[in-house]
Amino acid sequence: MSSLVSLRDVRFSYGNRDVLHGVTLNVPRGKLVAIMGGSGCGKTTLMRLIGGQLRPRAGQLTVCGAEVPSLDREGLYDLRRRMSMLFQFGALFTDLSVFDNVAFPMREHTNMPEPIIRDLVLMKLHAVGLRGAENLLPSELSGGMARRVALARAIALDPELMMYDEPFAGLDPISLGVIGQLIRKLNDALGASSIVVTHDVQESLQIVDYVYFLSDGKVVAEGTPDEIRTSEDPWVHQFVWGEADGPVPFRYPAVPYEEALLGVQRA
Amino acid sequence: MFRLVGARTINTQWRLGVMARFFGLLLWHSGSSFRRLRLTLREIYFSGVLSLTIILISGLFVGMVLGLQGYETLQRYGSEEVLGTLVALSLVRELGPVLAGLLFASRAGSAVTAEIGLMKATEQLAAMDMMAVDPVARVVAPRFWGGVISMPILALLFSAMGVFGGYLVGVVMIGIDSGSFWSQMQASVDFRNDIVNGVIKSVVFGVAVSLVAVFEGFDTDGTAEGVSRATTRTVVTSSLAILGLDFILTSFMFRG
Repeated sequence: MSSLVSLRDVRFSYGNRDVLHGVTLNVPRGKLVAIMGGSGCGKTTLMRLIGGQLRPRAGQLTVCGAEVPSLDREGLYDLRRRMSMLFQFGALFTDLSVFDNVAFPMREHTNMPEPIIRDLVLMKLHAVGLRGAENLLPSELSGGMARRVALARAIALDPELMMYDEPFAGLDPISLGVIGQLIRKLNDALGASSIVVTHDVQESLQIVDYVYFLSDGKVVAEGTPDEIRTSEDPWVHQFVWGEADGPVPFRYPAVPYEEALLGVQRA
Repeated sequence: MFRLVGARTINTQWRLGVMARFFGLLLWHSGSSFRRLRLTLREIYFSGVLSLTIILISGLFVGMVLGLQGYETLQRYGSEEVLGTLVALSLVRELGPVLAGLLFASRAGSAVTAEIGLMKATEQLAAMDMMAVDPVARVVAPRFWGGVISMPILALLFSAMGVFGGYLVGVVMIGIDSGSFWSQMQASVDFRNDIVNGVIKSVVFGVAVSLVAVFEGFDTDGTAEGVSRATTRTVVTSSLAILGLDFILTSFMFRG
């Protein structure tokens, strides 16, 4: 099966700090792929690279057949019309109503007449269960609702690639389940491919087709959800079952405890 | 010490360079803000129409104070009837553009900076960019042109209110002859030299304040502290820019 997104040995650094040390991964068409890892492991950076907001230092990165780092601004904007990203907190435009937020990409990129835009917006809002909220402002929405509106806006132009940045962060269990099911359903209904960047292991394992584990800027493990659940790899085991002890240290590197408490002077 | 001064200087130069490039980008994308006039009109409403109250009230009071102070001085020389000239010239040449500019910077400039800064902090600008909509064209350019268009109109209204304030104090309150108040003013205020030059000043101030406001907003680091610093910088930088530019413009315009 052909890949919609493919990364080969991608490296990236912020100034002198290396963030990604050679990441290789594929997102096949029509599949839902999760990228998991602890905070600060480079997950979000990876997504920004795919979206062309950042450029890698080395490596190959193709999306929909286009070599992303070599695209100029126009090429990048053409590519971005075929992909969509759900930001962590929705990033709704606070001066526009729910309806206008969802209509925004349609009004910007198409010449569709207003009645058709209206029908499409209502269909998108219906898909996320918020058709009745069309006249509300983003400030009147709860966190979960805001994310569903952002999801409706993200699918406004039926993208080929959907990217979700921490879609489950800070949601109550009900909203969390709702968003998870929506991500799966929308992926299948639109015939899109999706990347979910997350650290909500149990929720993601229920909906995704394939998982990549990222640690210290490298892919340390990968597999289908079943393979991940039964993995013997100590790192994966610690992450999936949320154990405090294991290959991932709990403590930030520091001077020895006794030394810090007794105030031993260093020469 | 020297190192600090040097670092500050280089840093300031660097920011000026970045700002100039940003200005270029902004002009490049300005076409869209005129094609989609609705966006720019909305910003004229927010920056201009909503600043009307503070501009009109301040203008009235400044004119009234000018009337009082002017009368106080002029009557010593027995030339109260030129009060109209004094009030009108001070306002259209200097006080109108400068004070309206300063008020505009603190009322509308700071609001624009805070708005763009918060849009950046909440990833709205990044989201727009990911939707292949350029934030400079969609968010920045309309706000810039809204400010540039509003500023001269506000300055003219400020001056007009000020003249009315001078009239209230001079003619209605103190009792100077109304005919000589207006005729002296009409005879000595020149359209080309005084009014047009005043308008030119206010256009220049409008560009300066709006550019500083949108740049500072766009350039914040997206934290609460960053937005507050940017807002302060907008008011300080644009106020200093107005006063500095006013000196330069005045020295070219009114050389006797």
